[in-house]
Amino acid sequence: MSGFIGDWHALVILMIAGVFPNQIWRMLGLWLGSGIDEGSELLVWVRAVATAVLAGVIAQILVQPPGALASVPGWLRYTALAAGCAAFFMTRRSIFVGVICGEAVMLAGKWWLG
Amino acid sequence: MLFATYIGIGALAHDTHFSLAWALASTALVWAGPAQIILISTLGSGATVLQSAIAVTVSAIRLFPMVVSVLPMMRSPQTKRRHLVLVAHLTAVTLWVECFRFLPQVPQQRRIAFIHGLGGGLISVSLIATTIGYGLAANLSQLFGAAILMLTPLAFLFSTARNCREISDGVALVLGLVLFPLAAMLNSGVDILVSGVTAGTIAYGVHWWRARP
Repeated sequence: MSGFIGDWHALVILMIAGVFPNQIWRMLGLWLGSGIDEGSELLVWVRAVATAVLAGVIAQILVQPPGALASVPGWLRYTALAAGCAAFFMTRRSIFVGVICGEAVMLAGKWWLG
Repeated sequence: MLFATYIGIGALAHDTHFSLAWALASTALVWAGPAQIILISTLGSGATVLQSAIAVTVSAIRLFPMVVSVLPMMRSPQTKRRHLVLVAHLTAVTLWVECFRFLPQVPQQRRIAFIHGLGGGLISVSLIATTIGYGLAANLSQLFGAAILMLTPLAFLFSTARNCREISDGVALVLGLVLFPLAAMLNSGVDILVSGVTAGTIAYGVHWWRARP
């Protein structure tokens, strides 16, 4: 069982570095969000910021790639992304086709590079 | 797509030597793909607990407006705050997106129950995906490992793009992508926050400009 649970120290770190910093924003939203109207201008702004922060995370994975993705050269990562985007828009925003196409280009490029 | 993302997270957790229980606990308790990816990759690359916590909390700021925008859809005059705690926990990008799609068709009184069911289902599916990804990572070559990690940005990008309802959302998405590499040059430690707030505010400016009488 120790292989499944691993070490308790890591789970404590998960709580401190992962669960708490994440949940605090949800609970703040719950606490402070009461008075805010659904269609308000403030919400348009916070939604735009939320979208842009998510876009930043996406860009970060591509620009500063983790683990095995770092073995794929930068130009190939961006080409794969561009191909996925093209497929996404050509198929009237099919997420599935966009992802498959981006993956296919990356795999083909990596295979071709050897 | 959620499934694909969590396969990626399971694989990442395996490659950075976390236990399966750790990966499952992070899926159930953190329940935010980007935060989990940031947590795993920062801790895996030897960052301190404090540095990881800051990176995670920066990525999680986007949950605040999500919760704020989702809760009014559930709220009725009889609703107590404690009824909404689980809804707040379940709120993550996937659920947030689905809320705007489904909730208008769900009667006001049933929305909390609807979200509990939907969120519980999504978490269950994600736990299964985390387990599968963790198992796969043990056997994958570097090529397929890279492919699995690539799933995450593609899936997040297209699901967000699909759900852009207003011009401000689209501008925020594109600018957020473009500004991050610039913000990263500042190396401030809060690059995502810098690019996110800047891009989001410009996008809001575009919205305001167009809405002018």
